Amino acid sequence: MTLGYAGIFFYVLAAMAVVSALMVVTRKSPVHAAMFLVFTFFCVAGVYVTMSAELLAAVQVLVYAGGIVVLFLFVIMLVPLGSGIQRLPVRRGAVAILLAGLLAVAVLSIYSHAVASEMSMATEGTKIMGNIETVGTELYTRYLLPFEVASVLLLVAMIGAVVLARRQV
Amino acid sequence: MIVPIHHVLIFSLALFLVGVVGVLTRRNGIIVLMSIELMLNAANINFIAFSRLMSDIAGQVFAVFVIVTAAGEVAVGLAIIISLFRNTESINVDEITLLKG
Repeated sequence: MTLGYAGIFFYVLAAMAVVSALMVVTRKSPVHAAMFLVFTFFCVAGVYVTMSAELLAAVQVLVYAGGIVVLFLFVIMLVPLGSGIQRLPVRRGAVAILLAGLLAVAVLSIYSHAVASEMSMATEGTKIMGNIETVGTELYTRYLLPFEVASVLLLVAMIGAVVLARRQV
Repeated sequence: MIVPIHHVLIFSLALFLVGVVGVLTRRNGIIVLMSIELMLNAANINFIAFSRLMSDIAGQVFAVFVIVTAAGEVAVGLAIIISLFRNTESINVDEITLLKG
């Protein structure tokens, strides 16, 4: 089976994304975690490009790497370090990994039942799509109301953040 | 789709599980929020993979909405963390027991 460049890029980017996500979770310093988080977001944006979702890749870089991580770094700067840097107890980590493993087994069993039987037929007949015009047209015609609701949600989140972070309540 | 859908799903599952482990083990509230972002990203990968598989653009539209919600969630979450730090001098999520009776 020939993969082509997109396939090779997918596997490389996926591996880098998972490894740097592990780094996010295991680094002690929040600043290092934020840097690895940026790297993870860039890798995921690359994965979006291999799945020909160019608009989502651009939005991912702009909103996540550009906006959300800056917000994280800002809060890390405001909250003095040292309070959050502690070793995590080993037992607790083991329990968490056990729970995650159980979740993995559950999801994989669902995948092996549902995905293999129903989704394999849809693989042929895919056409190239996902360009910016298509997403934009859908967003402004069929999904216009959810789009407006999302803007209201952002407004409410902004007001909520301002109110919560205000000095005197 | 060049890459089989199973591999994409396993990749997003791996990313999600890393996020779950982060939420369960870390005690720094900021890193807990970062792990939640990882999980939302995993969900978005699934949305886009199935959008591509089924040639339905709705998956990508909903991924946009997930990103919008994630942005709002981070803004409010970090505001809560700042507010908590101001009141309790700590962002350790284990020490925050304000609602304990």
